[in-house]
Amino acid sequence: MRTTFTERFVDLAVNAFLWGFRILIVLMIVLGTFFTIRAGKYSGEQWIDFFVFGVSQGAIYALIALGYTMVYGILRMINFAHGDIFMTGAFGGYFMAIWLNSTGFIDRNPILGLLIPILFAMLLAASIAMLVERVAYRPLRNAPRLVPLIAAIGASFFIEYAFRGFFGPGKYAYPPIRVLEGNWDILGINILKVQVVVAIAAFIMMAILYSIVMYTKMGKAMRAVSESKDNAALMGIDVNRIIVSTFALGAAMAGAAGVLFALVYRQIDFFMGFTPGVKAFTAAVLGGIGNIPGAMVGGLLLGIFESVGPSLFLEGLGITRAYQLKDVIAYTMLVMILLFRPQGILGERISKQKA
Amino acid sequence: MKKEHYLWVATKTGLLGGAIGIFLCLIGMVEIFDKRDVVEGVITLGQFVLLATTTSMGFIASRRTSELLGQNQASLNLISGLVAGLISAILVVLLVVVGNLIDVRAVFLNASPVLYSLLSFNQGLAGIWILPLIGAVTGVVGAAFLLLREDIRGPISRGLLTLILMALFSGLFRVVLINQGSLWQVIAKGLFGQTGLTWIGAILFFGLAVFLSRFWSSKGDEYKARLNQLPKTRQTTLRVVLLALIVLIALGLPQMSGPFIAQVIVIISLYILMGLGLNITLGFAGLLDLGFVAFYAIGAYTVGLLTSYGPFGLQHIPFWVSVPIAVLVAMMFGAFLGLPVLGVRGDYLAIATLGFGEIVRLLAGSDFLAPYFGGPRGIIGIQKPCIGMLEEFLKTDTPRVCNGIELGTPQDIYYVAVASALLIAFVAWRLRESRLGRAWMAIREDEDVAEALGVNLVQTKLLAYMLGAAFAGLGGAIFTVLIGSIFASSMQLLVSINVVALIIVGGMGSIPGVIVGAIALIGLPELLREVSEFRYLIYGVTLIIMMLAKPEGLWPSQATKRELHHAEAENVTAENMV
Repeated sequence: MRTTFTERFVDLAVNAFLWGFRILIVLMIVLGTFFTIRAGKYSGEQWIDFFVFGVSQGAIYALIALGYTMVYGILRMINFAHGDIFMTGAFGGYFMAIWLNSTGFIDRNPILGLLIPILFAMLLAASIAMLVERVAYRPLRNAPRLVPLIAAIGASFFIEYAFRGFFGPGKYAYPPIRVLEGNWDILGINILKVQVVVAIAAFIMMAILYSIVMYTKMGKAMRAVSESKDNAALMGIDVNRIIVSTFALGAAMAGAAGVLFALVYRQIDFFMGFTPGVKAFTAAVLGGIGNIPGAMVGGLLLGIFESVGPSLFLEGLGITRAYQLKDVIAYTMLVMILLFRPQGILGERISKQKA
Repeated sequence: MKKEHYLWVATKTGLLGGAIGIFLCLIGMVEIFDKRDVVEGVITLGQFVLLATTTSMGFIASRRTSELLGQNQASLNLISGLVAGLISAILVVLLVVVGNLIDVRAVFLNASPVLYSLLSFNQGLAGIWILPLIGAVTGVVGAAFLLLREDIRGPISRGLLTLILMALFSGLFRVVLINQGSLWQVIAKGLFGQTGLTWIGAILFFGLAVFLSRFWSSKGDEYKARLNQLPKTRQTTLRVVLLALIVLIALGLPQMSGPFIAQVIVIISLYILMGLGLNITLGFAGLLDLGFVAFYAIGAYTVGLLTSYGPFGLQHIPFWVSVPIAVLVAMMFGAFLGLPVLGVRGDYLAIATLGFGEIVRLLAGSDFLAPYFGGPRGIIGIQKPCIGMLEEFLKTDTPRVCNGIELGTPQDIYYVAVASALLIAFVAWRLRESRLGRAWMAIREDEDVAEALGVNLVQTKLLAYMLGAAFAGLGGAIFTVLIGSIFASSMQLLVSINVVALIIVGGMGSIPGVIVGAIALIGLPELLREVSEFRYLIYGVTLIIMMLAKPEGLWPSQATKRELHHAEAENVTAENMV
């Protein structure tokens, strides 16, 4: 192919810039880490604290990310309202917990007192997601790709402000659960009980979801539909039903994540779904979108980097109040992944038709 | 498929209507809207919302019945309308009954005694039969509406629509008219009351709309034909006169309407600027950018830092000099942010750009960069634009004195904003018709084919990012002088989403579409501040309905129209069409 001098020059400049960018970020990370560790401001115990917090946070991201990744895998659509489904779960769990708490049930049966709000939240979130799918997404299934995205943005606004109408703009405080207060002493390290329980609960949920997708007939059908809707239909799979159950399953995970989130942060409001939603989508892309183990890995990594990163990478570079920049770390990670490995950590290269 | 019984269809419609009614009550819409009137002393907006629900359910049930029967059958249509309206209203009234038995308010804030007394017409449980009665009547009215002839139904529905719109905007019209002087004041007070239309106004607007609509449907074609028969020169003159009239109105508008309307129009113009920018990256080149607010922020901060007389001001140059610099800086950042994502496609691109947008906002608002960008406290004291000479800069926190005309008020900024929006619209239009524009569209349709045809992907894509960024940067620059300060917290992701939404709603790739989209999605909610509680709720519903009913947008470009209909005709799954 004949190219002009300017074209060659531009290409060269672009490549030089990209490599410079990559090297700069890697250098920043290495130098930041080096100086932070040399300064020795944080003890080993504090690092472990950061890490554990990151794991519990990341597990919540992973739970939300599952819904994004499953829906994307099947419909190739960013379900922008998923973060708000997460919020509806938190509200459902909250009202159930308040009611149980007022009857003294939580103090008598702490485990059931945790489980029932979670189950209720899952149920509520799944039904709202099914409703949204039926009203806003199903009629648009064959429309150009931006159309369902805009409908999803509309659904997101609708859910947020409907809940604001129902429950007002104020913050609600999740009732205290006595069993989860305080620390556990594991191998001489103090860890907040809430974080351990939240992380374990999230991992259990993920395991359940993974086995549903891998080992049940419905899961097999889901995987078939995500390969090809038409061929799956030819094999006698009811595609509509599978899509609805994918939405419901993803939403149930998000609903559970909502309650877990409320357990950690202790307060909920109608707008709480937005940031975790965007983060979880980032996590899904990080792990390779459409890939279920990828969403889990992406979520965990994002949570850990966000929690450890500001102190480890940035404080060494002399940046004050680095914790304000934890989201910057999350998004930089995303951009780096897209630069180095566009298909995500665990994703296979999606063919051009799909991407 | 088994045929359903028409009563069952009507019942289902009624249940849907009841669910909608209860929803409207529980989000507080009925109660809050009850403070506003559609027609003063006759019907409040809250009552109207409920009645509109039962009426439209009657209409829908009636239509479904006709579909079921294959024809209109007046008695059955009316019965199904009655059933639907009745059931809707009964469900809503059930809320009162349930609310009297258990404490719904523990969960739903708006299930208040005020709402209950409103629904039972202040008569407690004794009054719960009134609403179902009204529901049944309105249901029948809705059903009967379907049976009317099309040439009667059309004008009436247009008349009602006009009535509602006038009622919603009545406060605004009233204020604007009262500002005009004594004669107008009398008219304003005759037509618009404190909280809604007066009954004279209601009859007048309804009648006017019905008359015009009747007139247009009978005589419209004739006039169009007459216009087309005129000689070419006369047609041109007519166009010029029309254009001159529009320009005249545009020039006089801010002086007449006061600062509020001027400010709304400035905000619309800013979104038009951003929309035109994103229209290049998304509409022409097909690159979805969800972090567009970053360029807007960069334009705003550049102007702020260069012109501010506050503590963060660097250069204290005049606004007019800083604008081209801001546009250039935004362009550079467009290239800078575009470079890493050159090879990224589709949804990955959306999320990567979203990340960039957030990074810019977070960095600008962080304490780390606060010594340069003011952090969360922002940059204040931005010098107003001045036509004429500026005095020398003396000291911090003292604005430079302007020897000439200072553009300080929103009305003044209006001219700057509208002029730049028009200029940029012209530039965008010329760009689309240029070689570069064709290359962008080739990339949008198929990257690989475009490359094979000799389009340089790197250059073309980068130019799309850069020019899009430049337009947004100009928007940011004007926004800065309008507000007089910059805060990182106003550079939310929401802005980027709004811009994407207005492009899609207006019609992707269409320049008039951007303008229409900005007016519909940004202008109307700004003007309807009175119903601000439900602004985003209505916004969300509008987006969904728009996508379901008219996915090509309000004013689509020819190409998109063809594409969508082509797709329908050949039943192409549109997966590889963006």
